[in-house]
Amino acid sequence: MKSKHLADCGNWILKRFPLAKLWNEHMAQYYAPKNFNFWYFFGSLALLVLVNQIITGILLTMNYKPDAKLAFDSVEYIMRDVNWGWLIRYMHSTGASAFFIVIYLHMFRGIIYGSFKQPRELIWIFGMLIYLCLMAEAFMGYLLPWGQMSFWGAQVIISLFSAIPIVGDELALWIRGDYVISDATLNRFFAFHVIAIPLILIMLVFLHLVALHEVGSNNPDGVEIKESKDPFGVPVDGIPFHPYYTVKDIVGVGVFLFFFATVIFYMPEMGGYFLEHANFIPADPLATPEHIAPLWYFTPFYAILRAIPDKFAGVIGMGGAIFVLFLLPWLDRGPVKSIRYRGGIYKKALLLFVISFFALGYLGTQPATPTATIFARIFTVIYFGFFLLMPVYTRWEKTKRVPARVTHQPTLEERIQDLKQLFDEVTVKKPVKTADGKLVLKRKPDPERLKKAGIRIVKKLKDSLD
Amino acid sequence: MNIEGVDVDTSKRQFLTTAMTVVGAVGAGYLAVPFLAQMQPSTKALAAGAPTEVDISKMESGQLLRVEWRGKPAWLLNRTSEVLEALDTLEDKLSDPMSNESIQPEYCKNRYRSIKPELLVTIGLCTHLGCSPTFRPEVAPSDLGPDWKGGFFCPCHGSWFDLAGRVYRGVPAPTNMDIPPHRYVTETLIIIGEDDVEEGAEA
Repeated sequence: MKSKHLADCGNWILKRFPLAKLWNEHMAQYYAPKNFNFWYFFGSLALLVLVNQIITGILLTMNYKPDAKLAFDSVEYIMRDVNWGWLIRYMHSTGASAFFIVIYLHMFRGIIYGSFKQPRELIWIFGMLIYLCLMAEAFMGYLLPWGQMSFWGAQVIISLFSAIPIVGDELALWIRGDYVISDATLNRFFAFHVIAIPLILIMLVFLHLVALHEVGSNNPDGVEIKESKDPFGVPVDGIPFHPYYTVKDIVGVGVFLFFFATVIFYMPEMGGYFLEHANFIPADPLATPEHIAPLWYFTPFYAILRAIPDKFAGVIGMGGAIFVLFLLPWLDRGPVKSIRYRGGIYKKALLLFVISFFALGYLGTQPATPTATIFARIFTVIYFGFFLLMPVYTRWEKTKRVPARVTHQPTLEERIQDLKQLFDEVTVKKPVKTADGKLVLKRKPDPERLKKAGIRIVKKLKDSLD
Repeated sequence: MNIEGVDVDTSKRQFLTTAMTVVGAVGAGYLAVPFLAQMQPSTKALAAGAPTEVDISKMESGQLLRVEWRGKPAWLLNRTSEVLEALDTLEDKLSDPMSNESIQPEYCKNRYRSIKPELLVTIGLCTHLGCSPTFRPEVAPSDLGPDWKGGFFCPCHGSWFDLAGRVYRGVPAPTNMDIPPHRYVTETLIIIGEDDVEEGAEA
């Protein structure tokens, strides 16, 4: 009897809301390529971090005071006197950095496997807009604790707008709501940080997913799985997202939470990279800290800003470094999606780009000495070269043949076997005398064999760049 | 004609749709004004620009005094004669030595950018992105190199200013540091934010 009532209740809802249809379309009968690898964890992890930020954020607003006189103390109050306040605050501050780590890896996945290419350009554009929102969110959120870095970081970033000719000064004044960063600025940044941007962000995430589920996911081979279907219209290389990838993603979540918890409990400031030391001093409008740098996720763009010795050009360079990413689907003329089948010239260009991104990220954390500035200029040129020369060098690419179906890659067990073989190869058994005079056979590395294997690996690495 | 056999005047429908859209857009435009303008500085913020009085009777030679004016750091620097001599030699290294592009009252538009050569009054903010530069009066320190003749160094993006707040060439800051309107009430009392000039020069 009871189960019949339950079924009636369920039917009542299904007649009025397409719950089963939605579930099937987006989970149980959404076919994702079966060859997803490590790089495909970061989309769902980004969603997890977003949920973390929203929940911990709501809890923080219950005790935080967006007032220039009270803000700094209210954060300390959360850290010391609110039950579990330290945990919630560290989950939120670490979550911000984790968000950028996950998003950068997610974007890099898109770049190496060509997930931004036709027909997924709009997914990439929505994703880039999400990235912009995240940057706005992170920047405004960082003002709220009202520490020295909060204050001077906001001072520098808002001054960027004043570099725009004619309207710049008026625009900066309008954003600040005062002639200096003040209570008015803090209060409005709070409003943007907790309601305006999160609403836009959630909307964009929704659009990102709708667009993704319309065209279907790309995969490490860059093969369209919808092109080979079985008689029932199901892609032969596809597996239902639920339960296969929901379960797989839970493993990814487990591993992620391991690292996330380690940071929260043992190194929440991450040596000044996740929470800067100078931000434990209340904001002082009269004195800039000796060395100011943004948080690590902005440093590549900050280094570009500093590298250009002109105020307006610097701002254009910084904005351009982000804007050029939007154009990626149209800059890349290579006919092949996945890095596995792309030409050597693209792989080398990408390698240079990755190096320049990390180098700029490092330089952005360092003081602007003349030598550092010269290096920053070189890497800025490489950064823009990767994108702006792309229409040229991707035409010269000698691509490899793309298979019709997704390929099988060695599993972890097979790779461990290979490692064991390599170990056997580079070592020899040698009799060794122990302390009590006995002879035992021990494996010792053999320099000659080590050299041979080393040369082979380097050759293989070099070949993989062609 | 539609299904029920009634003539439909489509051009009338089109006109009404267009008219509604235009009226709606104008209405939205009018509503946008208060929404956007409420983010401008409030009357209270506008009124907060009171002048600041500074007693300089206890200033020592070479000393930098930091005070607050309109929420910004205002600096008073007592310059020695050696400093003033050094300022004379720098002009070919500066991007705007005569302050033609920079913001200062007319009475400070001179080489030393001050009313009395020995006392500089300036806003202690870099004209690049608004950091407060560090005061580095020493000559040729190891981290800034032999070209440094004493001045203000902005640690944020590496802009160089001399001890008259004039910007060097080839650094990110576009103009010299701003000079606020100010006047001497007595020999030892300065008021920042007010001057003798009618319709005072821009602040």
